[in-house]
Amino acid sequence: MSSAITTGFVPQAKPRPPRAPGENYLNVAIGVKSWLFTTDHKRIAILYLVTVTILFFLGGAAATVIRLNLMTPTGDLVPADTYNKLFSAHGIIMVWFFLVPVIPTVLGNFLVPMMIGARDLAFPKINLLSWYIFTIGAVITLWALIAGGVDTGWTFYTPFSSKYARTNVMPTMIGIFISGFSSILTGLNFIATMHTMRAPGLTWWRMPLFLWAHYAASVILVLATPVLAMALILVGVERAWGIGIFDPELGGDPVLFQHLFWFYSHPVVYIMVLPSMGIISEVVTCFSRKPIFGYVFIMWSSVGIAVLGFLVWAHHMFVAGQSVYSAMIFSALSYLVAVPSAIKVFNWTATLYKGSISFETPLLFALGFIALFTMGGLTGLFLAALGVDMHVHDTYFIIAHFHFIMVGGSVMGYMGGLHYWWPKMTGRMYSDFLSKLAALIIFVGFILTFLPQFVLGYLGMPRRYHVYPPEFQVLNVMSSAGASILAVGYVLPLFYLFWSLYAGKPAGPNPWGATGLEWQTPSPPPTHNFDESPIVTTGPYEYSVEESEIVH
Amino acid sequence: MFAEIPLFPEQASTTAQRVDALFFFLCTVCGSMAILIAGLVLFFAFKYRRRAEDERTPRIMGNNRLEWFWTIAPLFVFLIMFLWGADIYTSVALPPPDAADVFVVGKQWMWKIQHPGGQREINELHIPVDRPVKLTLTSEDVIHDFFVPAFRTKIDVIPGRYVQTWFQPTKTGRYHLFCSQYCGTSHANMVGTVFVMERDEYRQWLGGQAATGSLADQGRQLFLKFQCITCHSANAEARAPILEGLFGRTVSLRNGRTVVADDAYLRESILYPEAKVVQGWEPIMPTFKGQANEEELIRLLAFIKSLKPGQTPVRNEEALPPLDAPKMPPGGNPKQHEAVPTYQPQGKSNEP
Repeated sequence: MSSAITTGFVPQAKPRPPRAPGENYLNVAIGVKSWLFTTDHKRIAILYLVTVTILFFLGGAAATVIRLNLMTPTGDLVPADTYNKLFSAHGIIMVWFFLVPVIPTVLGNFLVPMMIGARDLAFPKINLLSWYIFTIGAVITLWALIAGGVDTGWTFYTPFSSKYARTNVMPTMIGIFISGFSSILTGLNFIATMHTMRAPGLTWWRMPLFLWAHYAASVILVLATPVLAMALILVGVERAWGIGIFDPELGGDPVLFQHLFWFYSHPVVYIMVLPSMGIISEVVTCFSRKPIFGYVFIMWSSVGIAVLGFLVWAHHMFVAGQSVYSAMIFSALSYLVAVPSAIKVFNWTATLYKGSISFETPLLFALGFIALFTMGGLTGLFLAALGVDMHVHDTYFIIAHFHFIMVGGSVMGYMGGLHYWWPKMTGRMYSDFLSKLAALIIFVGFILTFLPQFVLGYLGMPRRYHVYPPEFQVLNVMSSAGASILAVGYVLPLFYLFWSLYAGKPAGPNPWGATGLEWQTPSPPPTHNFDESPIVTTGPYEYSVEESEIVH
Repeated sequence: MFAEIPLFPEQASTTAQRVDALFFFLCTVCGSMAILIAGLVLFFAFKYRRRAEDERTPRIMGNNRLEWFWTIAPLFVFLIMFLWGADIYTSVALPPPDAADVFVVGKQWMWKIQHPGGQREINELHIPVDRPVKLTLTSEDVIHDFFVPAFRTKIDVIPGRYVQTWFQPTKTGRYHLFCSQYCGTSHANMVGTVFVMERDEYRQWLGGQAATGSLADQGRQLFLKFQCITCHSANAEARAPILEGLFGRTVSLRNGRTVVADDAYLRESILYPEAKVVQGWEPIMPTFKGQANEEELIRLLAFIKSLKPGQTPVRNEEALPPLDAPKMPPGGNPKQHEAVPTYQPQGKSNEP
């Protein structure tokens, strides 16, 4: 190997306009207007970071009251209607206003252009527009949730939502509908960017897996979100004008809604988890200082998940009066979609083999992801088995399963990514001790919260229960106790990350010794990302070289 | 309150045993996988921990044979899980022919249950042990879900259609009945108790209930009350088809198609008479939507199903006896409802 290959970065003879020393995207302009009218993808990422963090803690607050209420079997804390509104708010905020947008809009926005060596996304103004649309949707939904609330659950099942619910169903759906356009615009922007703006030499097969994961997730965002929009419009039309679509009294079919809803909402799980998987591929390679094991297989498994993810929606309806044959087909397809996820886990594990493993905070989160996502995935095999799903469907088993995937997977991955690229985004290092402590607390708190729920679910405790039989209390108290630990784990980063902005030691361009293009430019990066346009000559994870050959 | 922590649910039906067997298989396979992966990750993380800052690593890019192995191998394990799960699911979808009927109507927020003998209960279900029981369920309003954890039985109860499931209890006792599909304010209070009783005890319970004639008898009275008899009179000059022996038969429609006269078809024909008009008849029937509720529909259907040739009430039987008066069912045994329900289903059901 020549030394040119190992750098992955060759200066090109087309310099950017010169910038003042020390000038970067954060200090290039100041004032509220410079943020609200920015078209810099990095600043928009920060706008999203602030927005979704606020939303995360609002959704978390609802979860806190839910867990407190479930400390006693008689539900002494809040009345039934309030409880129903709380779990609806928790689901709606966390799914649509945190989990779906968080990784693509924060880390994706910041990193997609940097990783492909571009100055910005393909459509910078549309990128800003998507943040405004998202914020407007979020504000409308939050207003609906706070001024009266909605009690349909995040799933809006008909005919309850279209006819019987007496709460703010319409405004909530309008907010979600609007924010959907933001998802579509972000997805389109990423796809266009990756197709047209890759640096010279950055072929598809040299793209970091983080980008492949975002490409796959973007395709899902663009294809699935419109179906949700349609489903919500149909519910709205029936609710407002009594046009019979789902209500059997009006000649409709209530189960039709579930088909439409899950056609979006199953793939949406992969929107949450694919970008997270992309982060894990980056972090595991960096901190084991080794190329990824089986690049092509991980890349194709992302695409496989995106395609197969569209073909399994009816596994949410095995007990909804489906025909036996239809149930069998969707059960078989659900097993197929488990294969690409398994491939990824095996490859990450194999990447550690003979590595040089350094237990920095991002890797701790990544290992947490692998453990929790594996458990979430394996319990998915229980749900795909028709005979067992019959029993555990709509119980706490499901709750535990999807929290393992969406929190244990998606949020752990996000935390790992945030800690990995925080020095790049801010130019500062955070507290090593506190961040490792947070990773540990989140992992332990998570296990304590959700492991008892598997047992509760198999015992038969249904989900969305405000009160429950007394024999379930011990497990519920365990779960609530775990949740209080988890809460500490989530609040802690808020402090030390904020603190790092003022007191963190400067990170330098490449504190982890990573190979990606984003590390070949100062931290925080200049507005134009790269002073000189990079040329790529190697694959993405050329870690197995002599230290002296890596450009810092 | 903290005396006992239950870790595993009661196993009180034949299905429960089968579901649990698959569950334990899954626990074993998935548990081993989890331990294998966690073990490897921890082992590698420890063995290959960074010992020196300038440590170098071998450039291992992958191994295609290994990749194909861990792509294909899980498929075989998944195939076993799939087939096993599908087998249980299929058998739960097909009630045995000798199963006793129970009719369930869910509404916000209670379970209304009717037995073929005419006994009615709310939020309680009494059934005999060691006998298959077939449930036919529908909802008056939103989607509910009938869930008995001890039986591993769960089925969504959907407005506007009949769904069926069955179970065979193996153990006497009291078991939780939950609504497990969110249905509004008191969803968590839409709960009840299933009483599984010895055969004798069950017979006593049936006898002690103040039933006003069998379900078919009650349906017969509704048949008169709603004036169905005016047209479905079984006379030569009748303006509507004869209903005797109809259930389970194949009916030719005006549009040239055929339909099997099952629960769903009968229900639809009462509520939406123009939907499927029988060949040779005029679409003159008015709808009974809004007049007959779900429970009454079940009774009417029970009557129509029981109707044998020559049993249609005579048209001039106009003086309607009060509903709670004891009444001799046509050709039936007045003490029929005191016995174990012997109602036999005919034909196939509309929904598995």
